[in-house]
Amino acid sequence: MIRQDFRRIDPKRRATLDHKKKQFAAPVFKQQDYPHRLNFYEIPPTEEITLEQFEQWAIDRLKVLAEIEACSYRNKSPAETDAHITPHLQKYLPLSSNTSSSNGAADQRLKNERQKDHYSHFILRLAFSATEELRRRFVRAETMLFRFRFQRDDTRERRAFIDSLNLDWEPVEDDEKQRLSEQLLGATPGLRRLDDETWYKVDWEKVPELVERRAVFLSKGKAYVPGREQLSMIVAEFTARLERALELTSRALPRLDEDDRLTPILNHLSKNFGSAESVYTENEGFVDGAPITANNIDRLSQHFPLCMRSLHMNLRKNNHLKHYGRLQYTLFLKGIGLSLEECIVFWRQGFKGFTDDEFNSRYKYNIRHAYGDVGGDQNRRGRGYPPYSCQKILNDSNPGVGQTHGCPYRHFSIDNLIGLLQSTGVNDRDVLRGVREDVDKMRFHIACNRVFEWTHKADIKRVKEDGTWNQTDLDTIVHPNTYFKRSYLLKQMGKAPKNT
Amino acid sequence: MIVTMPHSVSSQDSSANRKDDELLPDAPPETASENQEAGAPAGVKLEDLFNDDDDDDEFPASSAPDTKHVESSAPEPAEPAAAPGPQVDTDTMLAFYQRLFPFRYLFQWLNHGIVPSPDFGNREFALTLQNDAYLRYQSYATADLFRKDILKMNPSRFEIGPVYNTNPRDRKTLRGGQMKPISKELVFDIDLTDYDDIRSCCTKANICGKCWTFVTMAMKVVDTALREDFGFEHILWVYSGRRGAHAWVCDPRARGLPDDRRRAIAGYLDVVRGGNSSGKRVNIKRPLHPHMSRSLDILKPYFAQTTLVDQDTFVSPEQSQRLLSLLPDKGLNESLRKRWESSPDRASTNKWADIDALAKTGKSSTLNPTTLRDAKQDIVLEYTYPRLDSEVSKKMIHLLKSPFVIHPGTGRVCVPIDARKAEQFDPLSVPTVTELLAEIDAWDAEHPGTNAPETADGEGSVPDSDARGGRRLQDYEKTSLKPYIDYFRSFIAGLLKEERTGKRERTDDATEMKTESMEF
Repeated sequence: MIRQDFRRIDPKRRATLDHKKKQFAAPVFKQQDYPHRLNFYEIPPTEEITLEQFEQWAIDRLKVLAEIEACSYRNKSPAETDAHITPHLQKYLPLSSNTSSSNGAADQRLKNERQKDHYSHFILRLAFSATEELRRRFVRAETMLFRFRFQRDDTRERRAFIDSLNLDWEPVEDDEKQRLSEQLLGATPGLRRLDDETWYKVDWEKVPELVERRAVFLSKGKAYVPGREQLSMIVAEFTARLERALELTSRALPRLDEDDRLTPILNHLSKNFGSAESVYTENEGFVDGAPITANNIDRLSQHFPLCMRSLHMNLRKNNHLKHYGRLQYTLFLKGIGLSLEECIVFWRQGFKGFTDDEFNSRYKYNIRHAYGDVGGDQNRRGRGYPPYSCQKILNDSNPGVGQTHGCPYRHFSIDNLIGLLQSTGVNDRDVLRGVREDVDKMRFHIACNRVFEWTHKADIKRVKEDGTWNQTDLDTIVHPNTYFKRSYLLKQMGKAPKNT
Repeated sequence: MIVTMPHSVSSQDSSANRKDDELLPDAPPETASENQEAGAPAGVKLEDLFNDDDDDDEFPASSAPDTKHVESSAPEPAEPAAAPGPQVDTDTMLAFYQRLFPFRYLFQWLNHGIVPSPDFGNREFALTLQNDAYLRYQSYATADLFRKDILKMNPSRFEIGPVYNTNPRDRKTLRGGQMKPISKELVFDIDLTDYDDIRSCCTKANICGKCWTFVTMAMKVVDTALREDFGFEHILWVYSGRRGAHAWVCDPRARGLPDDRRRAIAGYLDVVRGGNSSGKRVNIKRPLHPHMSRSLDILKPYFAQTTLVDQDTFVSPEQSQRLLSLLPDKGLNESLRKRWESSPDRASTNKWADIDALAKTGKSSTLNPTTLRDAKQDIVLEYTYPRLDSEVSKKMIHLLKSPFVIHPGTGRVCVPIDARKAEQFDPLSVPTVTELLAEIDAWDAEHPGTNAPETADGEGSVPDSDARGGRRLQDYEKTSLKPYIDYFRSFIAGLLKEERTGKRERTDDATEMKTESMEF
C-alpha cells in the first residue's frame, strides 16, 4: 500500500526541511559568557578542555563537596561550616564577584574561575548520576554549596542573577497586602511593619520547605512568600532542576559509548567521594570474644550510649517498644554483634504479655527484615540496614506521642534528660551543667561525649598514660556502636582497639 | 431505617445508573489469579515495610506485608456499645459484597470518569484474605472485574494504594525500579489511640461519644486548613470502622503531589510533637501563624467543653501536675499547687479558672501576662489539636483501607462522614453488616411482590423494570446504608464535574508550562 507523503517537497517552493530530518546538521552550541557569578547549570559546557583539566577540575570540586558533607555529618552550625569551608573554596574553587575586578564580568580571570566551576559541576554530574544513592548525596552537597555561595553574593549581583532566571513570581499588590495585613504579619515572625517587606505569590508546591515550617501565609493554594525568603525558593528551584537533570543524565549514561579515556576517571571519582556517611563499616562495632547473647544484654547495657540505654530501660519498664524504637535498637544490637537468633530471643523475652503467636505475627518479621533475612533482593544482599549513626538518629527521628526512639540529648526536654542521666548514675554537677550548655547550643555530640569521658575518666587517663591508645582512638564518637565498643574495651582494659 | 417505596426513588437516579451500565464495556473473560501471591514483595524498602507503628491496633489501617494477624487470639476488647459479635463470618462478608458493597461508585471515584481509564486500571489494591494472607499489587481493568474478583476472594478487608505508571500486575516483567507510583489521593489518618494520654473515658480500641469529639474537632481543623490554605475542595472523610477517621483529598492537584510536598503538608499540620519524655509538646512561634490562630478559634470551645467538662482532664493529681509543668511562672505554680492540694477533687473548669484568678491577684512578681497567655494557648492546643499519624500522609505508596469495607473487629461499615455535619456523626450508630443484612430481609418481607430471587445479584446487576414500570430497588436502598452511599455519590458527582472541566484546563496549563520552561 502506497502511502501519500504529504510532506513531499514541492519543487516550485523553497524546501522547508524538518530539522530532525537533516542528517548532518551542524550542532549549534550556545557559547557561555558567564555574566553572573552564580550558575544554575542549565546549559552544559561545549568547549574543549584537556584530559588533565577534566580530572583536576573534578577532583578540586570533589574536595570542596566532601568537606561540605563532612560538616553536615558532624552537625556543625552554619557559622562553623562557613569558617571551615571558606578556605577550601578559596583554594580549590574560587569564584569572585563581578565587583572584584575593574573589568567586571569581562575579566579573563573571572571567566576562568567560572568556567572551571561550570565544567567541574558537569563532570561530577556524569560521575554521580549512576545510582540513586550517589545522586542524592550529590544533590545535597551541591545544594549546600549553592546556598553557601548565594548567601555570600553581592546584593546587586544577586538581584541581577535572580532576574535572569525568569521565575514565575507574582508580586502582591498594595491593596491586597493591606487587606491581608494581619495574616501576613502573623506568618512572618520578627516583622513589625507591613511596609518593610514585599511579598510574592507563588504556588505553594514551589516552597515546600517554608510550608513545612509554617513560615508563609497560605490561601487557596497560593503561598505568600516574603522577599527575604527568596533564598529558600531559589534553593528549592535549584534542587528540583538538578534532581531532574541528574535523572536524565543517568538515563543517558549507558549511551555514553565512551572509550577508555573518561570512564576510568569517572569511576574513580565516584568511588572517592569519601563516604563520610558510612563512618560505620561492617563489623566495626564487633568486639572480639565478647559474650554477646540475649541474656547478657542487661549487663552490657551499662556500656550503651544514652539513646540505647533509654530504649532498653523503656523496654524493661513497659515490656514493649514502639516500631521505630524497636528498629533503632535492633539495628544497634545487630551492630554490636548480636546474632539474629539471639536477637529474636531477646525481643521475645522482652515482650512479656504477648503470646508466641502475637509475637511471631507482629514483630518477628520486622526483626528478620532488619537483619536482611527476609525482604527483597536488595535488602537481603545488603544484609538489612546498617545500624543508625548519630547523624541519622539526630536528624531523621522525630519521636511522637508514646514513642521512645531518637537521641535523648536532642529529643528530650532538658529536665527529663537530666533525670535520665541521673538515673544512669551521672550525677556530677559540672558534667550536668556542661550537658545543659551543650544542649542549649545544639551540640548534642559534645554532650554525649562529655558524658562518655566522665564515666570513663579513670580508664581514659590510664590508657593515655601507658600509651596503649593514641588520640585517634579517642576521637569524638559519632556512632552509637562506636560508643559501645570503646566503652566495653576501656572497661576490659589492656586490650587495644583493633580497627577504630 | 428502611426506604418504604420503590417510587420514592427519583427516576433520574435510575436512568443515570442505566447509562453507566451501557457505557461499561463487556467484562473480558476473568483472568486467572495465578499471578497473585502472598507475602512481601521484592524491592520494598525497609522503612515502608516497618510502617506498622500502630502495632497496638489489631487491624492497622496502614499496611505491613506479611502481617498474619490471628484474629481469634488477638485480645478483642469489649465494645462499650452493644455491637453484635465482633466476628464477621465469611458468609456474612460475602453477602455484604454481593448485595451491598458499592463497587460501581468506588470504581467511579477512583477512575475519575465512567470510561475505564488507567487511573483505575493501574491502581494497586491490597487484599487481606480470610486466612490473613495479604495480597498486594492487585489491579482491575473495570468495575465488573473488580467486583468479580472481590466476590471470589472474599477478603476480610482491602486497601487502596497508588496508581502506578504501569499495571501493577505486570511488575515482574519490568526491570527493578521501573514501576513507579504516579498518583494517589493525599490521605490523613486520625486515630484515638494517639489521644490515650489525654482522654480519661476510654483507652486503646474503645470509644464513646465523649472521646469521639476529639476526632470531630480534628476533622474540623484539618478540613478547614486543607480547604482554605491549600485550596483543596474534594475531601472525603471516612470512618475507619472503630476509633478513627481517614481523609482522602481527591483533587487532581493533590493526587499528583510528590512525597516531599506531602511531607510539607504533614509538617504544616503537625503541631503536637515529641514523645513521652519531651516535656512541653506544643512549641509554636509568636505571633501566631494564621493557621494556628484560626485553629485556636475553632478549638477553644471544644477545650472548654470536652477537655474541661466532659473529660474533666485535670481532675487527677498526675494531670494537674502536668498542667502545672506547662505553666511558665514558678510563683504562680506554687500558689496553684497549694490551692489544688487543699481541695483534691477540684474540677478541671475551676482549676483552669484558678490560673487566671490567681494571676490577677498579682502575688507573683515575676509573672509576665503575655507569657502566661501564650502558655495557655499552647496548653489548649496540646489538649485539642489534631494528632495525625503523619507517616500515612507522607508517602504516596502508603496503602489505606478502602471506604465501605467492614471493620473485622466491630463489623461496622467504614462509611463516609460529611465534614460539614461532622458533629452529627455518631460512630456508635454506624450500621454493622449483620444489621444491614437484617434490614434487607425485613424490607423484602414487607414487600413480598418485588423480591425476585435475582435481586440477590445485587449492586452490579442492571436494575430492570418491574411490571409496574418502576425501578427495582438496589439492595442498599433498603437499608440504613443508603444515606451514606448517597453522600458518596454526590461527592463523586462533584469530583467528576471538576475532572470534566478540569481536564481541558490542565492540558492547556501543561503546554503553557512547557513553553515557559523552554525559556531557561
